[in-house]
Amino acid sequence: MYWVGGTNMNWFKKSASETQITHGQRLWLYIVAIIIMFLLVVPTLIVIPMSFSASQYLEFPPKEWSFRWYEFYFSSNSWLSATATSLKAGVYTMIVATPLGVMASYGLYVSSHRAARLVYLLLITPIMIPVILIGIGSFYIYVQIGLVNTMFGLVVAHTILALPLVLIVVTSALKSYDMGQEQAARSLGASRFTAFMTVTLPQIRFSIVTAALLAFLTSFDEVIVAMFISGGDNATLTKNMFNALRDQIDPTIASISTIMIIVSTTLVILTQIFGRGKNVK
Amino acid sequence: MSTSTYDHVNERELKNHAAKERRVLLGLTSPAVLCVLTIMVIPVAWLFYLSFIGSDGNFSLEHYQRMLDSKSYARIFFTTFKVSLLTTVICVFIGYPLAYFLSQLPARVANICMLSVLLPFWTSLLVRTYSWLVLLQRKGIINQVGMDMGFWDEPLKLVHNLSGTLIGMVHIMLPFLILPLYASMKSIPQDYMKASSNLGATPTQSFWQVFFPLSMPGLMAGSLIVFILSLGFFVTPAILGGGKVIMVAMQITSNIELFFDWGAASALGVVLLVMTFAVLFIASKLMRLDNVLGGGH
Repeated sequence: MYWVGGTNMNWFKKSASETQITHGQRLWLYIVAIIIMFLLVVPTLIVIPMSFSASQYLEFPPKEWSFRWYEFYFSSNSWLSATATSLKAGVYTMIVATPLGVMASYGLYVSSHRAARLVYLLLITPIMIPVILIGIGSFYIYVQIGLVNTMFGLVVAHTILALPLVLIVVTSALKSYDMGQEQAARSLGASRFTAFMTVTLPQIRFSIVTAALLAFLTSFDEVIVAMFISGGDNATLTKNMFNALRDQIDPTIASISTIMIIVSTTLVILTQIFGRGKNVK
Repeated sequence: MSTSTYDHVNERELKNHAAKERRVLLGLTSPAVLCVLTIMVIPVAWLFYLSFIGSDGNFSLEHYQRMLDSKSYARIFFTTFKVSLLTTVICVFIGYPLAYFLSQLPARVANICMLSVLLPFWTSLLVRTYSWLVLLQRKGIINQVGMDMGFWDEPLKLVHNLSGTLIGMVHIMLPFLILPLYASMKSIPQDYMKASSNLGATPTQSFWQVFFPLSMPGLMAGSLIVFILSLGFFVTPAILGGGKVIMVAMQITSNIELFFDWGAASALGVVLLVMTFAVLFIASKLMRLDNVLGGGH
């Protein structure tokens, strides 16, 4: 494909590939695609410059720059404690959901039990059914057993939302992994556990890290379940943001949004660095 | 004679061993299954039960009856379907060209351009909804630029209505459509296109008769995900709809938060669940759901 090097007119007259129309004929496609990419990225990142605006009304570009919304955020105990809750819930969810999910996907992948398919479907259901059902359902149960507004309750509920993602990512890694290697290790005398830990696990490591990241983000970004079952000292950041947004456009949200974008982007970049060249394809 | 007896014993022993191992391996899933049972299955079963209990504490269909009688409930279901369908259709028309464009790029450029899909994907949905609220408001950038350039004189009402909701939802759902679609386009062998042009097809014919049908599984999978997620959507319509776009999930919440009416909320939840499964069931007749859900061997 010559599409990079062509600044001259020939590029327009050249076929995109031997079976396709010329670049000139499908110029509209390139323009449309670039506009869509622009519309995907800019609204995501626009809050970053806006959060440095001095004005109450979040104009763009800001007429005057300031850190006042960050100062407001960092001096607000309720926002800071909500941030701490969200980070904690995210880390705990990651710590719980990742091993549970890896165990389950390994078990389901290797076992030829006829219930395996059914169990897989059951474990995947939490992302197929509307989250609101898990929200009110867990709220109802938690009221009975006194788990509302507790970290433990929040983490368990977020874990079942994260499990399907861990399961999908790890299962697809296992599918592309050659199980023969584990059998070789076992035929040389390793137990199944040792074989998994020393042969399989290191090779699907990158997928497990990706799964852990998804588990963290699932909890960190989750609004609806948290809205019902988190509160008081354990209210999450997203719950407080959502409540603030229902009332008015509070510019503090712009600074919090910027921090949230930085948290998730940093994590994704770290995963990429960690996993570079070590992925099992 | 004796060897065959031993063989038999050995065979049975092996069979038992294999069965035991299958059970042990399946047992690895038990902590995960336990979590899902206590937090999802039991509560949802409970809600199902509650939806059939009337205000007097006895079995009754009053919650469902009210849904059928009341005009406002009919409107909520209609809105939910309309918003989900429109979101899906707009996502298809916007997502297909972009996914096609991305699938045509050389790997290095494609990876960079792919970031434009992945960045929104990993950014909190609440953050993106907030961004759109700021962009679309009366004094927001879009109104400013539009008026400065003379496209319109009065600030347009872009948010706190259906159009604001749709803009936000399409932005949030687009990656869910593009990612499976892109994967399915990437798996179409280039040779098929060559074969078709070799047999005399024009580039346009090759695209519509070979490439497009082969990309359908990805398009269907992506649309299904978008439609299902939209049905239960809550945050974006609640913030960008400004009370004018009321979807089922929002009505469930206000039934509980404002009216403490568990019966009505449960009944709505049951209907929403049945709608979701109905869509999945119809989809499973049209395509292989394994492609959407992963799993299997």
